[in-house]
Amino acid sequence: MQTIDLTEVGLRETNATLHAQAENTNQTAWEIINPRGSHAIACGLDAPIEVTVKGSTGYYCGGMNQQATVNIHGSAGPGTGENMMSGKIIIEGDASQYLGATAHGGMIVVKGNASSRCGISMKGVNIVVQGNIGHMSAFMGQSGNLVVCGDAGDALGDSCYEARFFVRGSVKSLGADCEKKEMREEHLTLLQGLLDEAGIDADPKDFTRYGSARNLYNFDVDNAGAY
Amino acid sequence: MNKHDPKRIPQTTPRQSATFTQDINSDIRRAAATGIYDIRGGGAKRKVPSFDDLLFMGASISRYPLEGYREKCETNVTIGGLHASNPIELDIPITIAGMSFGALSGPAKEALGRGASAAGTSTTTGDGGMTPEERGHSNKLVYQYLPSRYGMNPNDLRKADAIEIVVGQGAKPGGGGMLLGQKISDRVAEMRNLPKGIDQRSACRHPDWTGPDDLEIKILELREITGWKVPIYVKVAGARPYYDTTLAVKAGADAVVLDGMQGGTAATQDVFIEHVGLPTLAIVRPAVQALQDLGMHRKVQLILSGGIRSGADVAKAMALGADAVAIGTAALIALGDNDPKWEAEYNKLGTTAGAYDDWHEGLDPAGITTQDPDLMARFDPIEGGRRLKNYLKVMTLEAQTIARACGKNHLHNLEPEDLVALTMEAAAMAKIPLAGTDWYPGKPGSGY
Repeated sequence: MQTIDLTEVGLRETNATLHAQAENTNQTAWEIINPRGSHAIACGLDAPIEVTVKGSTGYYCGGMNQQATVNIHGSAGPGTGENMMSGKIIIEGDASQYLGATAHGGMIVVKGNASSRCGISMKGVNIVVQGNIGHMSAFMGQSGNLVVCGDAGDALGDSCYEARFFVRGSVKSLGADCEKKEMREEHLTLLQGLLDEAGIDADPKDFTRYGSARNLYNFDVDNAGAY
Repeated sequence: MNKHDPKRIPQTTPRQSATFTQDINSDIRRAAATGIYDIRGGGAKRKVPSFDDLLFMGASISRYPLEGYREKCETNVTIGGLHASNPIELDIPITIAGMSFGALSGPAKEALGRGASAAGTSTTTGDGGMTPEERGHSNKLVYQYLPSRYGMNPNDLRKADAIEIVVGQGAKPGGGGMLLGQKISDRVAEMRNLPKGIDQRSACRHPDWTGPDDLEIKILELREITGWKVPIYVKVAGARPYYDTTLAVKAGADAVVLDGMQGGTAATQDVFIEHVGLPTLAIVRPAVQALQDLGMHRKVQLILSGGIRSGADVAKAMALGADAVAIGTAALIALGDNDPKWEAEYNKLGTTAGAYDDWHEGLDPAGITTQDPDLMARFDPIEGGRRLKNYLKVMTLEAQTIARACGKNHLHNLEPEDLVALTMEAAAMAKIPLAGTDWYPGKPGSGY
């Protein structure tokens, strides 16, 4: 285990050290102490390493992540895991707004709650939230899966494309062109896999699936009010 | 008695309304028939005060010129030296503006790369990600970071020579985008992670930041990911240029790209294009003033775009304080768009060469703004690249001609004092004296 004191080493050198890890590095376990809510911690990683941040992080922790696993032992600021391509981010506390914005792949797990716009414009990422999520979550979500073990706020999945949403609790309201969907066998299997991967014990049968009604896919003047 | 009998009562000639013009009436009929606003490209078509309303004075007894073809007039520009370890070095101060793969065909993007590289300048991606054709044929490629983040990935980000965070476009300050389903081929769909054939909406705000304080953190993140190597530009529409430039610099931009309302390759509502935004002429001085007030003029580069067409426009933009310009529509025309040789086909689309602006529909007879394989085949990227190179060279020679006549050995040495204004409007907007006077509206101490 390599330990970096962020306050002592500074952000640039910390990230440069993590970026310098080659595909076959044997220094696979890293610990960052004293993060003190700094922004852009462990962003742009591209190696199969595991980074544990001991404390809370600011904006964009794990941004554009590829391959790496980032554990946040605290709460995470806005835009955590934005545009992530692969790998995993696990947040022990709560996540602020725009969690996993535009992320293409990998998995983000939140043990607490996630704020508004969770999974905005998601493009393939899987997000699993043990608690609740805020309003406008998965706005314009393109693909991937958003799993919520608690409740969802207003306007879930507004203007979404092919992203899927599974919510165990209540949904305050659905956004434009988002509708309740049938939970078929394939979805139960998919959801079980996502819950297993996230290490969360829940029964897929307790969840409801939501997704795009596909009425806004091609412009129709009768739908103009929904734009 | 029949009052319409011309023999009895003199007739007035039929008189068209200046309010309800034929154009306006056709807009009303179109709206009534369809129930939806008109979407088009082509930028503001209304007449606005422009660089045409400025003139250079040239040399006389009080100033002496440089010898054309004998004495040097340099044209190079360095962009992004403030924070980036690898700033962009360009031979000419005319860059190619961002236009997406999706809006443009792959071969058209290739031609832009070929032409720009041959002329020693940069080209820019667009709202659709980076294609191998474009990266491969562009010596200097600026990667746009847009609200939609279509095709956005860290591998391409690290291949870029600069990153341009797009906050707005001159054609639609505050507006998002729409790529109609007929342009969403398999390849475009795959790059954008969306189903084929559906209309693709592009957001008008970034999904993970809002406002100048967030922008500063976003710039920090992009620099961390790219190791502080490449310049980061911030592109804003000409709306509040003094404040937007100030905030972009404060957020840590290496360069500010400022786009006036004549900027035209973006497709959006006609009403948006014609009624929102500022003319390019009006946005330069406030932005330059902001840079000067911050002590950052020439340290943070100002790249001006929106209706730049000729070496005269380039010289005027630079005389007003810009470091470089960007061209979009002009580059498409150089490639062969709106060429009269396709007139019969433009007629079939209900338009005429020069007026064609429905680039978003994917039916471009010139084969440039399309994903249709048959139309694309009409366009030769090598020939297109050669034409763009020629055009860029001519613009540069024109700008040099003017600069030498003003006694300047570098285009950057052109200055406001070299200019006069032809109209009161241009004088006020550009803070350039009306020709034959030493006065412009709003001049300090003038009482007006």
